[in-house]
Amino acid sequence: MNDIVSELERRRIEARSGGGAKRVATQHSKGKLTARERIELLLDENSFEEFDMFVTHRCTDFGMEQTKFSGDGVVTGWGTINGRMVYVFSQDFTVFGGSLSETHAAKICKIMDMAVQNQAPVIGLNDSGGARIQEGVASLAGYAEVFQRNILASGVIPQISVIMGPCAGGAVYSPAMTDFIFMVQDSSYMFVTGPDVVKTVTNEIITAEELGGASTHTTKSSVADGAYSNDVETLAEVRRFFDFLPLNNKDKSPTRPFYDDPGRIEHSLDTLAPENPNVPYDMKELILKIADEGDLFEIKENFAKNIITGFIRLEGTTVGVVANQPMVLAGCLDIDSSRKAARFVRFCDSFDIPLLTLVDVPGFLPGTSQEYGGIIVHGAKLLFAFGEATVPKVTVITRKAYGGAYDVMSSKHLRGDYNYAWPSAQIAVMGAKGAVEILYRSEINDSELVKQRTEEYEDRFANPFVAAEKGFIDEVIMPHSTRLRVCRAFATLRNKKAQNPWKKHDNIPL
Amino acid sequence: MFEKILIANRGEIACRVIKSAKSLGIKTVAIYSEADKNSLHVQMADEAVFIGPPPVNQSYILIDNIIEAIAKTGADAVHPGYGFLSENSQFAKRLEEVGITFIGPPVKAIEAMGDKIASKKIAHESGVSTVPGYLGEINSSEHALEIACEIGFPVMIKASAGGGGKGMRIAWDKEGVAEGYQSSRNEASSSFGDDRLLIEKFITSPRHIEIQVLGDKHGNFVYLNERECSIQRRNQKVIEEAPSPFLNQNTRKAMGNQAVSLAKAVDYFSAGTVEFIVDSDQNFYFLEMNTRLQVEHPVTELITGVDLVKEMINVADGKELSLTQEQVGIDGWAFESRVYAEDPRRNFLPSIGRITKYSPPAEFNDGTNAIRNDTGVFEGGEISVHYDPMIAKLCTWSNDRLSAIDTMRKALDSFEIEGITSNISFLSAVFDHSKFISGDITTGFIEEEFAEGFSGVEHSEETIERIASCVTMMHRFSEIRRTRISGRLANHMRKVGNDWIARINQTELNISLDPFVNGCRVNVNNARELTITSTWTPGKTLAEFDIGGDQIQLRVKPISEGYHIEYRGAELDVLVRTGRQQELGSYMKEKELPDTSKYLLCPMPGLITEIHVSVGDKVEEGQPLSTVEAMKMENVLKASRKGTIKSIAVSPGSSLTVDQVILEFE
Repeated sequence: MNDIVSELERRRIEARSGGGAKRVATQHSKGKLTARERIELLLDENSFEEFDMFVTHRCTDFGMEQTKFSGDGVVTGWGTINGRMVYVFSQDFTVFGGSLSETHAAKICKIMDMAVQNQAPVIGLNDSGGARIQEGVASLAGYAEVFQRNILASGVIPQISVIMGPCAGGAVYSPAMTDFIFMVQDSSYMFVTGPDVVKTVTNEIITAEELGGASTHTTKSSVADGAYSNDVETLAEVRRFFDFLPLNNKDKSPTRPFYDDPGRIEHSLDTLAPENPNVPYDMKELILKIADEGDLFEIKENFAKNIITGFIRLEGTTVGVVANQPMVLAGCLDIDSSRKAARFVRFCDSFDIPLLTLVDVPGFLPGTSQEYGGIIVHGAKLLFAFGEATVPKVTVITRKAYGGAYDVMSSKHLRGDYNYAWPSAQIAVMGAKGAVEILYRSEINDSELVKQRTEEYEDRFANPFVAAEKGFIDEVIMPHSTRLRVCRAFATLRNKKAQNPWKKHDNIPL
Repeated sequence: MFEKILIANRGEIACRVIKSAKSLGIKTVAIYSEADKNSLHVQMADEAVFIGPPPVNQSYILIDNIIEAIAKTGADAVHPGYGFLSENSQFAKRLEEVGITFIGPPVKAIEAMGDKIASKKIAHESGVSTVPGYLGEINSSEHALEIACEIGFPVMIKASAGGGGKGMRIAWDKEGVAEGYQSSRNEASSSFGDDRLLIEKFITSPRHIEIQVLGDKHGNFVYLNERECSIQRRNQKVIEEAPSPFLNQNTRKAMGNQAVSLAKAVDYFSAGTVEFIVDSDQNFYFLEMNTRLQVEHPVTELITGVDLVKEMINVADGKELSLTQEQVGIDGWAFESRVYAEDPRRNFLPSIGRITKYSPPAEFNDGTNAIRNDTGVFEGGEISVHYDPMIAKLCTWSNDRLSAIDTMRKALDSFEIEGITSNISFLSAVFDHSKFISGDITTGFIEEEFAEGFSGVEHSEETIERIASCVTMMHRFSEIRRTRISGRLANHMRKVGNDWIARINQTELNISLDPFVNGCRVNVNNARELTITSTWTPGKTLAEFDIGGDQIQLRVKPISEGYHIEYRGAELDVLVRTGRQQELGSYMKEKELPDTSKYLLCPMPGLITEIHVSVGDKVEEGQPLSTVEAMKMENVLKASRKGTIKSIAVSPGSSLTVDQVILEFE
């Protein structure tokens, strides 16, 4: 018996040493942590329980039977983040470059199955050179097994991917199908085909960082939801992020003690929206002043900045925020912002996270690039997402709500629960200038008359009353009491029950 | 007594005047430009009249518009504040013509003291000590040289109509005179349209000390002692105090008496200030007389208990002064910090925009210490490009100078301003400067002590340890809160430990906490023990701590793994980690900050209206590169160095945030 215990100890030590001291040192010299070290930082101290530590690959081609490492390049198991359960896998770059073998995939699949069964999220820490080439199709099969589980788990448990090294080729599609992707700046990259292949096929010369680094994916491609400066900061932020998420689709938004007054009055908001509708202001100030403790976790912060998406807490409970940002492109809806917001709204709805929508939208961005790019379909995504969402929905129109974009932004007509407007709100088909040009086309050359018509139009529509008279706005609220009103609104919606008709699944315009 | 006073000013001074008028039961009228619609002075006044577009010369200094506003509201007196029309004799005359009382000195006194040469002559004649110099006009370079030799070097050549350092040159020797004469003259003519110059002795190690005088229409005069305003940056006063730490009683009395005789000589009444320059031997020389209420008047009010605005109103109404010279004393010590919207770390570049947070220290006076904060802004208000970027005049008073300094330090610590950048960190640095504390100051203090500009204060090891301990406590508190989230695995709670490593810059401190209710006994590096209590909770941006009886206040903002701290002129990122987190954290590479000298960065949030150069262009220093429209103002960004344009990152129409790259040099 003692022999077995000491053999266990020996095997554990061997497994924990990963690919060996030399490779670990190389990993460290790149400013990267090992798979196990990352798990240590991600999870509560001493909470990690490992599975399949002694699993090794079964490949016998290319002399592979000679080199085996316990664990086969991935560390899997479960632990807690602030006491809440989470399943984790962490690829070990020091073992076969973290490449994915049949057994490596099987380990990931095992914890994913358990996560779905036990209703806890999965976090994957990706650091892998790709498929284990020696295993051929067995490796590809392994990927597909993981993909299938990503798909089935989608909308059941939150899935988070953290890219902490290479993630290339087929490997990208597992993160791509998870709910959120975070990256580490300067030491991670993701692409379907790497710089070498790109050069061969298209003659483009580009670095891995430029092609698929954190900056590319957070600003250009929108593949990633956020990026942080190094492994340690990234894992700290993932912990912070995790606290916003429910554990599964039957769980409520998490709640925690908060140190802020739900009735906090912010007089400065009375001067936030400038009277001149063409002068921008920073919508983030409103979000921070509504949120508990001024705490916002932004999603896709550096992509399509004309819309803000992120998580805040109200009275300690997570709420998703979607807000037009007048500082960028006047806060209009375009292809990128519609896609960004639509995906965010659908995540919130999947996991029963209430939605707060802050509206200052002049309409859709005109232009050939938008039309050719399919703004019709992409704009419809956001419309669809808001319309199908059954979570508590509170909307505040701060200034402009023009045209179709008004409908889209969680309007009353899309089953908005509480739709408020500030006194500065203007709810209309379009701005005065455009409207007068169409309504009074024959008078267009008479500048005096145009001026008068514009004033008439503004008097009629440059206020929230027309919409309020029709009941499209539930109440006009003072900006300074926005936090109070929004908190109270969500408080009444805690037991909201709403359902969509039975369907196999919807057919959102993808 | 007047029924209604119109205040022909804006900002904090308008608010200040309104307060005193209200306490006298007088109704007030504010005037405002388009940019000031929502201003504090408009909210505070009983009535407000719109007087024109934002630029000063289309609103606040348009005499006709103000006369109209008076007529409209039926005001019977006008307080001009400082700046704007306060020393404009035309304005005072016009008021006289329409039978409205000007709450200020007589027209003749304004005129007499408004001209630098004329005022010097009068001063000289009335026995006021003046800087050795030539009181006539200089008509040639040779003439200048002749006079300079008579006076003795160094000499100062300056514009007769000048102010604010424009048209001012110092000549240290004969060669310098010709050169200084020419450039002074050019500058004077282009800045003031008046190229008259004067020459006087240049005083080395000078202090700027001024005497507050007050007179009534019955020939009574008092002087309310001095204010020292030596802490200046580019001739702009930054910190003032009363009394001066330098004057002895005899000098004070001599200066006071001379100031009063000058005031008498011009039949002065109302409040006025006689400015002197004082050398290291307490020789003092008349500089000029300001025929208005000064910005820094609160320090005098704090040590004398006199409400200067009230006195001005009463005097204008024909009443006698409320006190005699014998009743004027010096009670305690007062400081004023001018809190400006400017970025001391970027060479004091003005910082305009919306004030998203404005939380000044609370005003109080408990008989031992006092805080007074004169302000014209509010949270949600705006610092506009059109006006002086002053946010507030933060004043403290205590029984003695060191206590008043300490009160000021604490007041500055707890002053929260966000949305715009303020000079609070710089003010804190001055109040912590040993030379300043010792009172060893001259008008060259800032130029000499901050010769390389301001880049933040480096705190002592002990202060760093205290900050680290406080932040560690905050971190522990917020970590414990995190463990109280819903949905936990029952009975398997995360335990938050008490041993931490705080990391500031490159320094690591081992911090062990031994918590009790609302506090901890703290052990730092096994070497120092502290007992710290605090009622801070997450979300509070001002964290207050009691460290063994010392109160400290940190401005805090959460960052990954810790907090960003602002304290006494320093900005620090404090990371708090467990031993293991630190061990692993040590593998992280320090990232080099990108070299921004090769870039033109957008200095403020705004819209690019024009790019004046194209890729490949060779540009000279000072050449316009791009125009950014911010707050409706066009700001031309110029090349700070010679170079070739490598790439342009934005195009006209792009809206940029602060520090966004506009273009790159080769």
